[in-house]
Amino acid sequence: MAKVTKEYKTISQIAGPLIFVKKTEPVGYQEMVSVRLSNGSVRRGQVLDSSDDLVVVQIFEGTTGIDRSASVRFLGEAMKMPVSRDMLGRVLSGAGEPIDGGAPIVPEKELGIEGAAINPWARDSPSDFIETGISTIDGMNTLVRGQKLPIFSASGLPHNDIALQIARQAKVRGENEEFAVVFIAMGITNEEKQMFMKEFERTGALKSAVVFLNLADDPAVERIVTPRLGLTTAEYMAFELDMQVLVIMTDVTNYCEALRQVSAAREEVPGRRGYPGYMYTDLAQLYERAGRIKDKKGSITQIPILSMPGDDITHPIPDLSGYITEGQIVLSRELHRNGIYPPVNVSSSLSRLMNSGVGKGKTRDDHKAVSDQLYAAYAEGKDLRGLVAIVGKDSLSEKDRKYLDFADLFEDRIVRQGHDEDRSIEKTLDIAWDILTELDVDQLNRIDRKYIEKYLPKK
Amino acid sequence: MTAEQGVIYRVAGPVVTAIGISPRMYDVVHVGNEKLMGEVIKIVGDKTIIQVYEETSGIKPGEPVTNTGLPLVVELGPGLLTSVYDGIQRPLPVLREMMGDFIFRGATAPGLSRDLEWEFVPTVKVGDEVSAGQVLGTVQEGSMMHKIMVPPAISKGKVEKIAEKGKYNVDKVIAVVDGHELTMVQKWPVRGPRPVAEKYMPDVPLITGLRVLDTMFPLAKGGAAAIPGAFGTGKTVTQQSLAKFSDAEIVVYIGCGERGNEMTEVLTEFPELTDPRTGESLMKRTVLIANTSNMPVAAREASVYTGMTIAEYFRDMGYNVALMADSTSRWAEAMREISSRLEEMPGEEGYPAYLAGRLSEFYERACRAKTLNGEDGSITVIGAVSPPGGDLSEPVTQNTLRIVRVFWALDTKLRERRHFPTINWLTSYTMYGKELSGWFKDNVAEDFIDQRAWAMQVLQRESELQEIVQMVGSDSLPDEQKMTLETAKMIREIFLQQNAYHPVDCYCPVERQYVMMKLIRKFSDLAEKAIANGIAVDKIAYLPVRQRFNQAKYEEKIDEELKAVGADMEEQFKGLGV
Repeated sequence: MAKVTKEYKTISQIAGPLIFVKKTEPVGYQEMVSVRLSNGSVRRGQVLDSSDDLVVVQIFEGTTGIDRSASVRFLGEAMKMPVSRDMLGRVLSGAGEPIDGGAPIVPEKELGIEGAAINPWARDSPSDFIETGISTIDGMNTLVRGQKLPIFSASGLPHNDIALQIARQAKVRGENEEFAVVFIAMGITNEEKQMFMKEFERTGALKSAVVFLNLADDPAVERIVTPRLGLTTAEYMAFELDMQVLVIMTDVTNYCEALRQVSAAREEVPGRRGYPGYMYTDLAQLYERAGRIKDKKGSITQIPILSMPGDDITHPIPDLSGYITEGQIVLSRELHRNGIYPPVNVSSSLSRLMNSGVGKGKTRDDHKAVSDQLYAAYAEGKDLRGLVAIVGKDSLSEKDRKYLDFADLFEDRIVRQGHDEDRSIEKTLDIAWDILTELDVDQLNRIDRKYIEKYLPKK
Repeated sequence: MTAEQGVIYRVAGPVVTAIGISPRMYDVVHVGNEKLMGEVIKIVGDKTIIQVYEETSGIKPGEPVTNTGLPLVVELGPGLLTSVYDGIQRPLPVLREMMGDFIFRGATAPGLSRDLEWEFVPTVKVGDEVSAGQVLGTVQEGSMMHKIMVPPAISKGKVEKIAEKGKYNVDKVIAVVDGHELTMVQKWPVRGPRPVAEKYMPDVPLITGLRVLDTMFPLAKGGAAAIPGAFGTGKTVTQQSLAKFSDAEIVVYIGCGERGNEMTEVLTEFPELTDPRTGESLMKRTVLIANTSNMPVAAREASVYTGMTIAEYFRDMGYNVALMADSTSRWAEAMREISSRLEEMPGEEGYPAYLAGRLSEFYERACRAKTLNGEDGSITVIGAVSPPGGDLSEPVTQNTLRIVRVFWALDTKLRERRHFPTINWLTSYTMYGKELSGWFKDNVAEDFIDQRAWAMQVLQRESELQEIVQMVGSDSLPDEQKMTLETAKMIREIFLQQNAYHPVDCYCPVERQYVMMKLIRKFSDLAEKAIANGIAVDKIAYLPVRQRFNQAKYEEKIDEELKAVGADMEEQFKGLGV
């Protein structure tokens, strides 16, 4: 039953997404607010600052059309998300309302959307290999259950294709567990939305997915709420329904822009490039909701996608993300121009949790050593490309020429693969050994001799 | 005494304004009906501005505020070791029992368990004169001798009562000194340093088992080092290696605003690893503070002080303590966040103007000192710095470098070629070289310092030659310069690279570091002679012993293997006529 609450007609100021309300009774911080406009329509908002004299409210749907005669009601509690198992297969708006024309969702529970921090003591360390079928990820930057591994992309690169391929192919081997995808779109265009939805329907992935759509022309403030709704849903599915949840968030850059917009409207002291000083903490409150918990079966794995403005990895958005997430998959414009899909720049990509997810019993005993060797040899080959541009290939030593060829082979056979090609980890490692035969055996200094004897194909 | 009561006037995120109380700065207050813990950070007229250590959603103006009249303190006593705390010393395992897997607000739990009993053995008797810091008795905590000391506040007094040997919990009065009833717990306000008798100049190295650190850029016990590096360069792996293998007796590890999964890694790994010196689980010498990035910001701000105060307490017992703070940038950001909520005038990049002051106050608490009871103790501080975009000119890095004397620079380029640890040998430095040279000469070898200088020279020479090679290719270099490149490569690949995850290679004693470097130098000397005799560099570079040497560090019987490498080397060069 709804509580009877007072209506106030005391708006003193309206600025950007904010309204300032005077002379209220005590109002809680982050309480939900409903505002009724003179034309009868209703907007929702949240309290950002509450004092005896003045309450600052952020309106989710924007302040267009609100005037000082609008009436404001404080609802007495912070924002909640109704959750249910029946959400699987549904498409919701960025504010959490069904938009697929289906029946309303009957909630099993209502949960606070801010979420609480997982007690570090209760966390279980992520160590189960997730096979994505993409060699550059599985072989070189292995993803494990409970990890958050973002894709650092840029405009014009096929990050959405990669995200979809991962969503389609990701699996934990040898286990039959319930898998769910929570797809959180923040500020994507209508065309991108069409593409995603078509793909979800084509592959039948929608039935085990919950889709949240905040589009580019939806209000910025709503964009700040969308990932919280999605992650609350993910937490419910993972930790109460024991599902293995993969959360894909795109595009975090749009989210951060919204954060900046709201911060500017609040006239806060800006940090780097006008982004608020608390952006690290704010992003952490999203990313840190990934993980596993001791004695619970479910898990949340996150693949946030962000586009680096100006391809600049030192821009605050990729930079702060990189400090919170457990590695990153970086896409390269150069590889993309050379027609290589997926254009993963292996050298600057990293998975911090790789060591705990690979090796005997998880992937294969030689995995770590092979990937180290590939990294080192590819780096060497790439360095030589610079040199060749100056002195020509002929002046290279025999050994150097082999490295040079190796780098090309690496990009062609390991990095490149088809949109629908689902490579097993064994297949990836076999290709790796095959191209390593291009190098002299004594150059394979990262690999234990026993693996060389076991796996290196005889020429 | 009834505590002073007031009411909330305003709530904006973690900053709450109260009226009706008149506390002192940094007094602890309880905010709202749920009694959330907070600290006074500003007083303006009759308004008191409070940073709250917990989430403030739903808190309303008009709710009560209580002033405790006391500053933020930590509890110091038996039970600290093996503990895992949040930023304000609430034990995380206890919180999990109270509230489940997620941390909700409003829970309180004492830092030290009241249920455990400790075997107390008195070392003084009634009538003895004791002074501040003096040991009243001891408690065996794992393999550590935990000393129960007279708190610094009691400068002198006569023991009027002392408990007999026996089991007591930490609340039990175990002594009366000069009318003061003493338990095994001391409380100390976190923001101020605990006193020492005298600070010394540090002259003993903190041995870490990492070759690039011990040999090339050693840190003194009681010194401070900064590890700045962009993300992915291995700050945390380095910090964890240090926490595992450094020869400190006590380790305090502060996970300040970092990843939850990383803390889990520490929590699962440390209990399984054994301390090479005592044979016990590493956890038994460790105190962990985990305030991850999504836990409240104000508690993150406090976490480094909480950790430092615990470290000082163990130093006062005469132990060598290593304190790792990962990462100080997150701490600085917490200051920035709170400062901006207070609408303070920002300094550089939005950080508060007092950033430099806070950083130096913190690092100055590192020291080697004579404790109040005349023992020798130290705190070595190793602070990770996470510069935005890897740009070392940003305020936190710059202000840190002005204070610390050791700089271990982590390098993205090295990470890309999987050279670990990614400590850049050209940009890193130590200013303890002189103070520590005596120790290395006396304890390792007379020419240890010499050898380091030689290696540095080779690496420096390599970087100069690399510039030429980039232009014209290595083929056009004369043989002796090609050999310099080969020698540098050996130093890099054999000596500087070290695998933190390999069972043998993860820890390398200083003596072995010396032997390895000596072997590289020997190779270089022999090669020089061979080249003088007209042997081609390629021939030398492809000697089978190189490959064996490369692999030697992973062999289980590594010391014997190194001897064999030395013998091989001589023989194979003999084959070349040297």
